[in-house]
Amino acid sequence: MDEKLKLTPLNARHRSLNALMAPFGGWDMPIQYAGIIAEHSWCREKAALFDICHMGEFLFDGDFEGDGLEDVFTFSIKTIPVGRSRYGFLLNEEGGVIDDLIVFRLAKNRAMIVVNAATIAKDFSIIKSRLRSGTFTDITDETGKIDLQGPLARQVLVDAIGEQIAQIPYFTFIPMQLLGCEAIVSRTGYTGELGYEIFLPAGKVGELWDLLLRDERVKPAGLGARDVLRLEMGYSLYGHDIDETITPLEAGLEGFVKFGKEFVGKQALLRQKERGFARKKVAFEVDGRRSPRQHYDILCSGETVGRVTSGVFSPMLGRGIGIGLVKSEAAGIGTQLTISHERVSMEATVCELPFYRCGSLRA
Amino acid sequence: MMNIYFTKEHEWVRVQDGVGVVGISEHAAHELGDITFVELPKIGTVVEQFKLLGSIESVKAASDIFAPVSGTVVKINEALETAPEVVNESAQEAGWMVWIKMNDASELTKLMTRDQYDEYLKSL
Repeated sequence: MDEKLKLTPLNARHRSLNALMAPFGGWDMPIQYAGIIAEHSWCREKAALFDICHMGEFLFDGDFEGDGLEDVFTFSIKTIPVGRSRYGFLLNEEGGVIDDLIVFRLAKNRAMIVVNAATIAKDFSIIKSRLRSGTFTDITDETGKIDLQGPLARQVLVDAIGEQIAQIPYFTFIPMQLLGCEAIVSRTGYTGELGYEIFLPAGKVGELWDLLLRDERVKPAGLGARDVLRLEMGYSLYGHDIDETITPLEAGLEGFVKFGKEFVGKQALLRQKERGFARKKVAFEVDGRRSPRQHYDILCSGETVGRVTSGVFSPMLGRGIGIGLVKSEAAGIGTQLTISHERVSMEATVCELPFYRCGSLRA
Repeated sequence: MMNIYFTKEHEWVRVQDGVGVVGISEHAAHELGDITFVELPKIGTVVEQFKLLGSIESVKAASDIFAPVSGTVVKINEALETAPEVVNESAQEAGWMVWIKMNDASELTKLMTRDQYDEYLKSL
């Protein structure tokens, strides 16, 4: 094992559960416990528990407008009501995605920014360089995060933590006392199911993990199942479907970009909007059980038109599904594509997202 | 159970009356994780020892399957087309993949016995 890999507070628990471990974003993370498909099904039907301590958390204290935070992301911070959160992007000058993230409005002058694991150091220094003042702190190491996702997640948390969980709407959170500490329970996730992300001090994560796993409706799930779940919803994965060379417009994520405000990368995106863009995100379903995989070529009428950025076998659809970047003319719904890699070839059809439409997300 | 042989690529072949029943080992199935797709040759395909026989995909990876013996494919396990997970459940029984009518029984000397394969797995 790479000695430089970071360990979450739950590492010993994963090992005692015989999880298959692998490096992810610089961390030693569980890929699977019982099996990716079994964990995926458990999340779609019951409630699955994920160790997400590897993700980064930053805290900002100050005047959002005066200190410059308001102009850092593609969405407005000052208009997020206290107690709610919003998803969007940190862009470079060319409009490429440095990271996708969620900002939680903790108080009038306080926000928590939750970022991807592999981009923590980069994000922190870029955001800091764009701030004029205010207090900006990386609280990743002292902050634990576990996600409980699945149609039974609400009832499990009501039983384990308290009745107040029942009233949290989507993209809303409540600060609360949990195991004697300050915690945040947020109705967000990455699975397409009803679910919660729970932030609490790193030292308390193990206790909460054990408490939730004592409930027989809950089983642990690894990053393998998480990837299948998110792709069935068509959610982008940083480093695959979006990166510094891909703009949110190309990635089909314009809904998270607010042109009515200032942000770094805005001029580049406006130029791209005006001129039109050569590539576009597509979602496609494979005609059969083969899995498309990242970097496979995408062909249309015999011509290479792009590449797969994420692909997997969907247990819910019983077929391969994928996301790719292709020449815009090959992105129309219903377009017939061939996915090709060495001697593997599969036929696919461009479709709408999400792939899976029956999740409990908004239940 | 005496007449089962293994390759270094983790295929097995069980031989009876000049026909080899072929699959992948329990070890290989476990390593692959949830198997989602198995591609098998058509009946009548002529295959060569250690050359491509088919392919197998799991949620984690795609890999090739190589023929443990040379010969002609005379039967394929059609159930795997819709239920490839059978390979995870029973890699060395119900999860068999093809029957190969063998050309040359002496090829078996290039394969490992069960004991030799067990030793080989320990060395990996």
